[in-house]
Amino acid sequence: MAGVASHAFGSRAHAARFERNPAAREPAAVKWIIITVSMLFFASFLLLPLYAVFSEALRKGWQAYWEALVEPDAVASMRLTLLAAAIAVPLNLVFGIAAAWAIAKHDFRGKHVLVTLIDLPFSVSPVIAGLVYILVFGAQGWFGPWLSEHDIKIVFAVPGIILATIFVTVPFVARELIPLMEAQGREEEEAALVLGATGWQTFFRVTLPNIKWGLLYGVILCNARAMGEFGAVSVVSGHIRGQTNTMPLQVEILYNEYNFAAAFAVASLLALLALVTLVIKTVIEWRLGREPHPIGAP
Amino acid sequence: MPGVRSPRVLPGFGLSVGFTVFYLSLIVLVPLSAVFIKSAELSPAEFWSVVTAPRVMASYRLSFGASLLAAAINVVFGLLLAWSLVRYSFPGKRIVDALIDLPFALPTAVAGIALTAIYAGNGIVGQYLEPLGIKVAYTPLGVVVALIFIGVPFVVRTVQPVLEDLDVEFEEAAASLGATRWQTVRRVVLPMLAPALLTGFAMAFARAVGEYGSVIFIAGNMPMVSEITPLIIITKLEQYDYVGATAVAAVMLIVSFALLLIINGLQAWTARNNRSGR
Repeated sequence: MAGVASHAFGSRAHAARFERNPAAREPAAVKWIIITVSMLFFASFLLLPLYAVFSEALRKGWQAYWEALVEPDAVASMRLTLLAAAIAVPLNLVFGIAAAWAIAKHDFRGKHVLVTLIDLPFSVSPVIAGLVYILVFGAQGWFGPWLSEHDIKIVFAVPGIILATIFVTVPFVARELIPLMEAQGREEEEAALVLGATGWQTFFRVTLPNIKWGLLYGVILCNARAMGEFGAVSVVSGHIRGQTNTMPLQVEILYNEYNFAAAFAVASLLALLALVTLVIKTVIEWRLGREPHPIGAP
Repeated sequence: MPGVRSPRVLPGFGLSVGFTVFYLSLIVLVPLSAVFIKSAELSPAEFWSVVTAPRVMASYRLSFGASLLAAAINVVFGLLLAWSLVRYSFPGKRIVDALIDLPFALPTAVAGIALTAIYAGNGIVGQYLEPLGIKVAYTPLGVVVALIFIGVPFVVRTVQPVLEDLDVEFEEAAASLGATRWQTVRRVVLPMLAPALLTGFAMAFARAVGEYGSVIFIAGNMPMVSEITPLIIITKLEQYDYVGATAVAAVMLIVSFALLLIINGLQAWTARNNRSGR
């Protein structure tokens, strides 16, 4: 396909091919107006919030900043956020590989329906993602009576937070892998099998090396959302300090207590995570030579 | 379809499709079905009166109105941003390009408190708007600002690849036939970008309707004035009105499913248009 070459990163850097073409460029004045207006929009809607997080976090100085970060409830929230991501990301990684293997490497009826269903969590409001687990596991829910009889708590406790985190991050890895594995075709795997490899050998020695960057890309995005999720987790959390608060929930509690410097201090760690995510994402895009596409789009 | 394609050669189909369907059902489909099953506890008349109560209706007006406005603003500025990134070279372009996805990567609660700090009466921007009589934080305008932030990447990232792959031959042909640059852009380029712009608009809108974290801090959350629909669900839950919360959630889910179908259709259209454009 001729499109493959033009999709490569190389073409993205070359705005010059438009700028040097008299038929495809605007007058210099128009060009600079467009650049100025779009950069003003960029600066005021994207850069300014980022700047605000760090400047508010450091408003009371480094000493106060550090104390806010090592405060026991803040540390507990970091631990819970790491735990939720450490469970949700690997599960959705395995799910993503299985889904992509089934969808990209086989033909079957209902494939398009399955792809749409995998995307479903992106189009559901995070609040509803939390609500559904209350309906299933809450005191008045389907399993509520049975759970309380056996003294098991799911909602308003850690398991509910993990479930809600898994829900909102289900599509990330699958969505990156399906188009990638479809584009790579099936010939290499078929060759391996003909040469006598087992199914698992084929997967680990042929498929996995081919998809490793796409896999990492999906995992990075999945992790960012898992650690940053607020709405879904907020519904099922119960907001018990030091126990069922993730970092975003800790930010909310501190903020609502007018402890702004501490709220922004915890928030600044999440903002750093976002920046690291974007750096890794950009590097992988260069390696993969892939075009930008909307992430987490409904 | 059976018999048309080549027989399955690669192993693991049963295992992978079985696990996929099982996992998806367990985590997503069965829990989501609970929304409709729980809603069915209400009679149609009761359901209708819950989802059309004045306070809920006011929340729809705000959620849908602010989302429409924010998505429309994103179409305009998203197009300009995508145009700058694809067609011009300027210092810092790489960094701008990488930061376009910040609204995805930055947790919504962090975005929410940052925007509130900026637009509050004593904030970096708010202090200049307040004397002009413009209040952003704790008003419906604040909701729009938060939804603009959330929607930026969707328009830019759907338009950018299409603009990138657009064949300059069309513009060269238009120019050689005597069209001015503005005529070429308006009659040739923009029509080819229309499917992508619409897709980006629909994605930004769909995301904005369900958005919660970035909005609740800046909205002020006054009933009938600045209370979004997802917050109505939370409020009802906090009052242990599970059936009421679920009924409103069912309405939102139906809207989301409809938007999902529209977006899928639009994406197919964009892909077709893109292919025939080469």
